[in-house]
Amino acid sequence: MGELKLMKGNEALAEAAIRAGADAYFGYPITPQSEVIEYLMAEKPHERTGMVVLQAESEIAAINMVYGAAGAGKKVMTSSSSPGISLKQEGISYIAGAELPCLYVNVVRGGPGLGTIQPSQADYFQSTKGGGHGDYRQIVLAPASVQEMSDFVKEGFDLAFKYRIPVLILSDGVIGQMMEKVELFDPIPRWTDEEAIANSPWATTGKKNGTERRIITSLDLDSHKMEEHNIKLQEKYKEITKNEVRYELIDCDDAEYIFVAYGSSARIAQKAVQLARAKGIKAGLFRLITLFPFPTVKMREMCGKGIKGFLAVEMSAGQMVEDVMLAVRGCAKVEHFGRYGGIVHTPEEVLAALEQKIIGG
Amino acid sequence: MAEITLQDIIKPENLVYKKTDLMTDKPLSYCPGCGHGTAHRITMEVIEELNLAEDTIGVAPVGCSVLAYEFMNVDMTQAAHGRAPAVATGIKRVWPNKVVFTYQGDGDLAAIGTSETIHACNRGENIVIIFINNGIYGMTGGQMAPTTLPGMKSSTSPYGRDVAMMGNPLKMTELVAQLPGTYFVTRQAVHTPAAVRKAKKAIKKAFENQRDCKPGLSFIEIVSNCNSGWKMTPTDANKWMEENMFPFYPMGDIKVDGQLVK
Amino acid sequence: MTEEIIIAGFGGQGVLSMGKILAYSGIMQDQEVSWMPSYGPEMRGGTANVIVIVSDERISSPILTTFDTAIILNQQSMDKFEKSVRPGGVLLYDPNGITRHPQRKDIKIYQIEGARLAAEMGNAKIFNMVVFGAFLKIKPVVKLENVIKGLKKSLPERYHKLIPLNEDAINMGMKNVVAL
Repeated sequence: MGELKLMKGNEALAEAAIRAGADAYFGYPITPQSEVIEYLMAEKPHERTGMVVLQAESEIAAINMVYGAAGAGKKVMTSSSSPGISLKQEGISYIAGAELPCLYVNVVRGGPGLGTIQPSQADYFQSTKGGGHGDYRQIVLAPASVQEMSDFVKEGFDLAFKYRIPVLILSDGVIGQMMEKVELFDPIPRWTDEEAIANSPWATTGKKNGTERRIITSLDLDSHKMEEHNIKLQEKYKEITKNEVRYELIDCDDAEYIFVAYGSSARIAQKAVQLARAKGIKAGLFRLITLFPFPTVKMREMCGKGIKGFLAVEMSAGQMVEDVMLAVRGCAKVEHFGRYGGIVHTPEEVLAALEQKIIGG
Repeated sequence: MAEITLQDIIKPENLVYKKTDLMTDKPLSYCPGCGHGTAHRITMEVIEELNLAEDTIGVAPVGCSVLAYEFMNVDMTQAAHGRAPAVATGIKRVWPNKVVFTYQGDGDLAAIGTSETIHACNRGENIVIIFINNGIYGMTGGQMAPTTLPGMKSSTSPYGRDVAMMGNPLKMTELVAQLPGTYFVTRQAVHTPAAVRKAKKAIKKAFENQRDCKPGLSFIEIVSNCNSGWKMTPTDANKWMEENMFPFYPMGDIKVDGQLVK
Repeated sequence: MTEEIIIAGFGGQGVLSMGKILAYSGIMQDQEVSWMPSYGPEMRGGTANVIVIVSDERISSPILTTFDTAIILNQQSMDKFEKSVRPGGVLLYDPNGITRHPQRKDIKIYQIEGARLAAEMGNAKIFNMVVFGAFLKIKPVVKLENVIKGLKKSLPERYHKLIPLNEDAINMGMKNVVAL
């Protein structure tokens, strides 16, 4: 068993970065995720593992530092919160286009604009439908506990390198700011330079005599080649959709009504399941772990098995609910419930919404 | 007398000039008379002469030299517009023993990338920045740049740059020389053989600084022409550059070995 | 066993750290814990509150609207959280600075004069531990030995010399809590 600690989600994530053998973190402070860079700076990872931590002049610079270092074959990451993530989108599009592996984290706060510093899940579209320009996808992992804030760092890096793709940990102010018991995984040594070169032969690490030079770019002025590149990207996304869907079903076996939720909303909905069961309502929770790929097939499959309705619970005006509708395709009732703008819904509100919108509606 | 064949002419002992292997065989996409080709070549010659090719990673910008990676035969990363100094920072920080340089134009470095440029310089990133200043946005068709001279015409200042309305040209090189993180700051040109020799010497010094882990960033501005953007012949453009650009952007070293010399 | 608690007062009263010590103590006895603070500008001098859950089972929502116990340390928090104690639940408060005392009849109400006792012990900073002791007397959800273990684990070595003082404060709280 690994080391047990009481940590904030943001701190667990930062500690996990060091333990996952990350080579660098480039960031810029923004509430509610500044603990990530603060923790890293305090921990002196350059002494613990040789990991680089740099406070950049902006979120834009930070993501471009990630682009450079990821293109050079190293395990690198950044983190921010909603307004800062918007600034990073150009870089993320380039990273997706150039097929670079990296990890980035959004501890979501309410928007639009400067919005609020309180928790939100209103960046679902931005995260799953491509926040930057162009036809690209990224793997989106949605932690619902401090434990997963830690575990998904390791898993995220593995997926990023497996598919040469940006992986997003989509958290929110609740998961980032709360403390829970976390079992820290044993440290993985950073790759040596030789290992980094061997793991990523495509990376810019210096052209050895007699070898072809490596180019990291997302540009091709020949549209036919660009189309080929896009087709290749789409094939990769299909492969990911086939292999990497993750979810958790809680009390779904005999359920007639299903809450669909991720992140902190899933925790709240889990409580709503308990409240519902106490009232004799057969409710269950479909907790999304990957938002892309979305568990479309499983959700569709559940449809015909006595499910009377799905309630999408998310701290937004209704974003994930569209993917639930696309999965269910009319075979059961689908409604949305969520507070937004920084307000966190309560388990009682979630249950009331189920009763009004699905059962009574 | 036997006829002289091509094979006789290209014998090794007759060789007077050889393109560096660090330039690819791909024909340059630049306009005839443009300074980019020369600036590319001398940069690559320096890397070859210092025997750094195997450890060099270059960063290409957005602008006319966006395709620099097609011509420079070293490992290259193409950066988003203006972000090359941040990209180079990322590379250098995870590969501190590699040689990292950016190659950027004036729109890229002095407009959209001002922040990244100033902060990379101010942090003293141990990288080389090569900054081509031709006073115009070449690739997009001759729009006004942050370095366009007062009164100078461009497609977005068709009656000449009116500083009251459009603001003043920015002297980035003088600006970054003031920052404690820069170690070597110089302004050069590549329009005459003598200028090319000087510019190459400066580039060499910059790469030596990095190789020898001298504390700080080496920044080389090359004032160049854009004859098609300026709508002049190459020779007229060079003449105009000497008469108009050089007085505003004077040649020579500004900071050497971390000390201001001007 | 699941105990859902809100601790609320002014920033600077040690509200968040009391919650943290409780959570750490839960970990020491192999329980699941969650600690969810209000965060943001209101923490700087304004009111601060934290929801702590200690449970033998996996914890669902870390954010709740009703609680088994409310520990209330200023008037604003009394106004806000008296009503959120579940019927039959516990409200523990320090009367210092309270002008409108709790009115409810369907809950158990306790007082601890934490501020006065801490001052008498010569260290205002141990105020929160006096209150914590009072809570543990009413609801022994964590054992004192696990609190001490938790303090050892969570405090940097240089503060370990303060652990006996904290233990004294907890005992002081345990002795002086009054049921109303």
